[in-house]
Amino acid sequence: MKEAPKFRLEDVSYTYDGRSYALRDVSLSIYPRQVTAIFGPAAGGKSTLLRLLNRLNDLVEGGRMEGRVLLDGEDIYRPGLDVTALRRRVGMVFATPVPLPMTIRHNLTYGPQLAGVRDRRWLEQKIRESLEAAALWDEVKDRLDDPASELSGGQQQRLCLARTLMLEPEVILLDAPTSGLDPISTAKVEDSLQQLKRDYTVVIVPHNVQQAARVADYAVFMLQGELIEEGLGEELFTRPRDQRTEDYITGRFG
Amino acid sequence: MSRHLKQRLGYTLLALAAMAVVLPILLVVGIIVAEGAPAISWEFLTAMPREGMRAGGILPAIVGTVLLTLGTAVFAVPLGVAVAIYLAEYARDTTLTRLIRLAIINLAGVPSVVYGLFGLGLFVLFLRLGTSILAGSLTLAIMTLPVIISTAEEALRAVPQSFRVVSISLGGTRWQTVRRIVLPQALPGILTGVILGLERAAGETAPILFTVAAFFLPRLPRSIFDQTMALPYHLFVISTQVPGMPVRIQYGTALVLLIFVLSMNGLATVIRSRFRARRQW
Amino acid sequence: MRERGRGKERAVESFTERLIRATGILVILFLVLIFLFLIQEGGAAFLEIPPGELLQTRWYPNEARFGILPLVLGSLLVTAGAAMVSLPLGLLTAVFVAEVAPRWMREVLKPFIEVLAGIPSVVLGFLGMVAISPLVREFLDAPTGLTALTGSVMLAYMALPTIVSVAEDALDAVPRSYRDAALALGATRWQTIWRVTVPAARSGILTAMMLGIGRAIGETMAVMMVTGNAARMPLTADSFLRPVRTMTATIAAEMGEVARGSTHYHVLFAIGLVLFLVTFLINLIAAWSIFRQRRRHGRLLS
Repeated sequence: MKEAPKFRLEDVSYTYDGRSYALRDVSLSIYPRQVTAIFGPAAGGKSTLLRLLNRLNDLVEGGRMEGRVLLDGEDIYRPGLDVTALRRRVGMVFATPVPLPMTIRHNLTYGPQLAGVRDRRWLEQKIRESLEAAALWDEVKDRLDDPASELSGGQQQRLCLARTLMLEPEVILLDAPTSGLDPISTAKVEDSLQQLKRDYTVVIVPHNVQQAARVADYAVFMLQGELIEEGLGEELFTRPRDQRTEDYITGRFG
Repeated sequence: MSRHLKQRLGYTLLALAAMAVVLPILLVVGIIVAEGAPAISWEFLTAMPREGMRAGGILPAIVGTVLLTLGTAVFAVPLGVAVAIYLAEYARDTTLTRLIRLAIINLAGVPSVVYGLFGLGLFVLFLRLGTSILAGSLTLAIMTLPVIISTAEEALRAVPQSFRVVSISLGGTRWQTVRRIVLPQALPGILTGVILGLERAAGETAPILFTVAAFFLPRLPRSIFDQTMALPYHLFVISTQVPGMPVRIQYGTALVLLIFVLSMNGLATVIRSRFRARRQW
Repeated sequence: MRERGRGKERAVESFTERLIRATGILVILFLVLIFLFLIQEGGAAFLEIPPGELLQTRWYPNEARFGILPLVLGSLLVTAGAAMVSLPLGLLTAVFVAEVAPRWMREVLKPFIEVLAGIPSVVLGFLGMVAISPLVREFLDAPTGLTALTGSVMLAYMALPTIVSVAEDALDAVPRSYRDAALALGATRWQTIWRVTVPAARSGILTAMMLGIGRAIGETMAVMMVTGNAARMPLTADSFLRPVRTMTATIAAEMGEVARGSTHYHVLFAIGLVLFLVTFLINLIAAWSIFRQRRRHGRLLS
């Protein structure tokens, strides 16, 4: 377990408007080959934290970060860093499935082609692998050239996961990926996660406490921009040390 | 008077106002179609004007307007779309951006005859292009820019932000995202704006008065440095400057011009509605 | 993953992005250039003619009389007449389209009004000459149908599409909840329109009116064709029923015939400069309320 952390956050704070902080002095290590779940009530800074890990917050006008974020020991906010390469290493799946307005196949090849991959055979092979890993291959293998928007919500979200896997990332970030899905689709996505964590570092913002407890190898509780408590999943959910964590887990607030 | 009676009277007043706007439009189009249709013939559309424009056709004016419209498109479309991309996809809310927006609003409000003066000063005289299709197209292009920019920007902004975020998160650069996702999705909207802008350019007279238009030139232009006749100016000439002009030819010319611009208008409407029906978001 | 070198692609990309950024500046440059050329060609007029003479009441270029006052007042008169018709008519129509008309009627009305915007001004001018001016002459028993009134009516209809569509957008942007709140308090829809919706959209409506007036004052061809073009001071009570001449029409009619570099030429450019400044001012007011609107929305959102 105690190998080098994949991500290391050091005193990270973030503000969207320069006045109030969405994150305050968060320090955290994220280890490879396990599922790290960041949970807590709404507006606690979970998504903000997630979006700092692939620098998606760069798109926010007026946002400012303090502190350091290290990926494999390297500062990902240092000047001159290739941000697009970073985002290929750190893939992301969003709360609502967003299939790009094109066919299923093109959704999958979109990322690799941006990176300059032209090898057809490699792409075909990779499409199958990614769809299998996202538990979608059997459902769409005969309709890869249909518009992705024709898939059901659950299928779309698994397509988005497969689309991320096409880039062979090292880390997969999932921002409440099952919040709009029915229980069966949710179970399929959660099953995929258990497979994926063998090869990838997985960071998830679960959409409720139950899901956090189900999927988390390592759990992080956030409240109003602050990291309250972190620990191994089974320990944190059975014996929380902080009163606020306990209150939240047992459903007394939030 | 009861509140509801008042409301009913009020609504009637509003409906009357709308009718007062719409009926004259119908009337204008109706009169021109009714009076102009008898003048339209194959000869009218394909022959040179004869007998001091009192007979023959209006071919050079039609060709001139088509050429000017195309020339306007060549300059205004790439530039206008580029500015729209800048404003919608790159610009942050800075003083510079605000100045650019202010400039666009003001360009849109500059009187068309002032564009004519500007075209005369800059293109005809200063850049020595002479009164030519090139000078006229450039003048019309600058006049058309605000329309194209603002409609294209609107079309770009209508593309859901989530597409951009996803593309960026898949390792796309901003430009890749614009080129592969945003532009294709916004294309029908941009096209609609472009056509509406060109429609205005095609019907304008004042900007071409001193930059390109020939009073009477019964031949087709030979190059972009040539003068040309054009439908709007021709209609102006034959309805105010030529005594004894058969009214039939005037109406016929007006009808051809009207068909030219309104078919562009129709095309824009068709593109817009088909696109709305088909898009996936 | 197997990547190919993207060096060349990156270079093209950064070049394109720089080009796109430059085009934004180009727009500002155009506006500045228009201003500069008007000053360069028109500025000489203020040196060649004493300012007092420019403000004279007689415009006879052939006798070197360059009083632009009748032209300025002519433009004002025709525009004021157009505003009196188009502002109320435009607002009422916008309210009808946005608040009262059923959906299908909106879908018909909006393209219709767009058609009006698309009709070339020279076509309207032509029709004004052959169809409207005889009516004016007969009904009002005027010596000619080519009058300021005819021009005002034409201009009103040319300004209408701008006013209706911008005002309609503004009304449409008023949040549903405002109206619901008023209706829940027992107001009729009619009262809601005038006490809640229209006031809430007032800055957008102001913009619509400004843009409409700007459009009217700068209109050229239709005005030139139907106003009779007599450069007289429109100070008598019957001015609306007599011919008048606007700044725009003067430029359009005379620029073709003057010698380049002559005083007359410079004065025409100077008139262009005056027009430019007037419309610039009007558009600044319009833009100011647009920007103010945006800031307020920004505050609501954050």
